[in-house]
Amino acid sequence: MRNVAIIGTGHTKFGVRTDVNLQELAWEAIKQALEEANLEPKDIQYFSVGNVGSWSAEELPAIVVGEYAGLCPKGTMRVEAACASGSAALREAYLAVKSGEVDIALAVGVEQMHQSPNPQVVELIGRAGNYFWEFENFGLTFPGYYALHATAYMAKYGAKQEDLGEIAIKNHYYGARNPYAQFQKEITMEEYLNSRMVAYPLKLLDSSPITDGAAAVILASEDVAKKITDSPVWIVSQGVASGSANLSRRTDYTHIEAAYLAAQQAYKKANIEFENAWKYFDVAEVHDCFTIAEIMAYEDLGFAKRGEGYLLAREKQTYIGGRIPVNVDGGLKAKGHPIGATGVSMAVSITRQLLYRAHKGTQVDVKNGMGVAHNVGGTGHYAYVTIFSTRRPST
Amino acid sequence: MTLKDSRNKLQESINQTIDYVDSLLKAEGLPIIKEQKTNNPLWVDVREIDLRYQLPVKKVERFFSALKEGKILATKCPKCGAIYFPPQDDCPNCRISGLEWVEMPTEGELITYTVINVKPPSFSHYGDYIVGIARMSNGVNVLAWVNAKEVKVGMKVKLRVTRREPEGYLTYEFIPA
Ligand SMILES: [Zn+2]
Repeated sequence: MRNVAIIGTGHTKFGVRTDVNLQELAWEAIKQALEEANLEPKDIQYFSVGNVGSWSAEELPAIVVGEYAGLCPKGTMRVEAACASGSAALREAYLAVKSGEVDIALAVGVEQMHQSPNPQVVELIGRAGNYFWEFENFGLTFPGYYALHATAYMAKYGAKQEDLGEIAIKNHYYGARNPYAQFQKEITMEEYLNSRMVAYPLKLLDSSPITDGAAAVILASEDVAKKITDSPVWIVSQGVASGSANLSRRTDYTHIEAAYLAAQQAYKKANIEFENAWKYFDVAEVHDCFTIAEIMAYEDLGFAKRGEGYLLAREKQTYIGGRIPVNVDGGLKAKGHPIGATGVSMAVSITRQLLYRAHKGTQVDVKNGMGVAHNVGGTGHYAYVTIFSTRRPST
Repeated sequence: MTLKDSRNKLQESINQTIDYVDSLLKAEGLPIIKEQKTNNPLWVDVREIDLRYQLPVKKVERFFSALKEGKILATKCPKCGAIYFPPQDDCPNCRISGLEWVEMPTEGELITYTVINVKPPSFSHYGDYIVGIARMSNGVNVLAWVNAKEVKVGMKVKLRVTRREPEGYLTYEFIPA
């Protein structure tokens, strides 16, 4: 198996992007990534497309994007792992290069949720679990699935509504400094506490928005990467796991087991000690589709002990300068959450952070040259944890 | 709102959109509107799709017929003893099918819940509803609506068959024990 490096990144403005269609949106990110790597579409030997769709019209997004971006006739597929589809697309391209099948691959994540009215998106996203037993009969919504976790977590550990609010405030603080973010606006605790309830105990300001956006990365094998760039960012390891479709088939609602398992795998391959994981990383991107998800991520990644994740938020330890900076690009909460693009967006953010290319006011100190991305699909139905480094991994 | 009212309301809004597209087509020859917030031109689909799936239930039909008798059934693997709820007829551990049908206990304890305030359109005719997960006395979890004024984690609940109105179909719910 070979080392794999990121040699080009692309990221569109996130938000309401009805100024373009799905393939035009994907192309914005792909074009940027090609320019960074100084490559042409024909140099890409394989590409994967993270897209969930159903709210957008194209049923075969991979070839629609491939045709528009000049990537045909190279092999491709659309990759679906719910909100972790971007990381799944990254994995697909990563394995293609790592295995030696190809030397250069591209992963693009794209989602255009504003092709449908908001109520229809609520309807479709509520079906993302077990359709019959949880949606058809009991009308769960996406905030509802995470609210079940928030209730259990708060009851067990005594976390307060304000602790969840701290996550939203932090992520909006950094979103305000990220020109790609959907919400470039800070919020106050008062605004948070006054925002309307969507699924008790989660409020509107606990929730990531409905977003259009795309992100792309180009991956290359070690030999090729060395010829193309002086500053590759290596994918050190990736862990991947899944959780039951029916939430009722799980035993615990205070953490996301799949994310914990994925972290264990990724850490083991990278020789990272779980209990001290935060010491290894300069920056983390975690899946904050709802504020409670970021708190559980702190624990599933070993940044805090079980039941103490909310204290990291309360003590503001995840701002730049704290124990570990988390979601300093605004996270899903403020940057936006274009479902299929989010995982790739995380990889782009970390790559740019490690190369000191983050936006003003969001750059972390790079001491170890390492970052971690935690991307959850559904409510812990899928989980991907990926570790990035500026230092070449030993094979 | 009754079921019929909510269906009519939905149909009315669909008709309004179709009428609007028709009038646009007549006047402009193109179904292109300007999005309110962004002023971006959007082509409004002239094709539509009405999704109503037909889900096969043959292997767990017994579950539905038992609801008529007021019973909530799970399946149990005769070999490894695993209890499946929602019921399934195959045990992947033992690779055997045709599992036994057993009655779920009625006593449980609520382990978490939420109140759905922002509802999917197909649930918009209900008031805010409580969805809970309870651990039943056999150790198996069940997710269902909690028919109660007040709820809290740890409260004792009873699982029972109910008729979901206004649709009028048989399902199950929790009530305070
Ligand atoms: Zn068995």
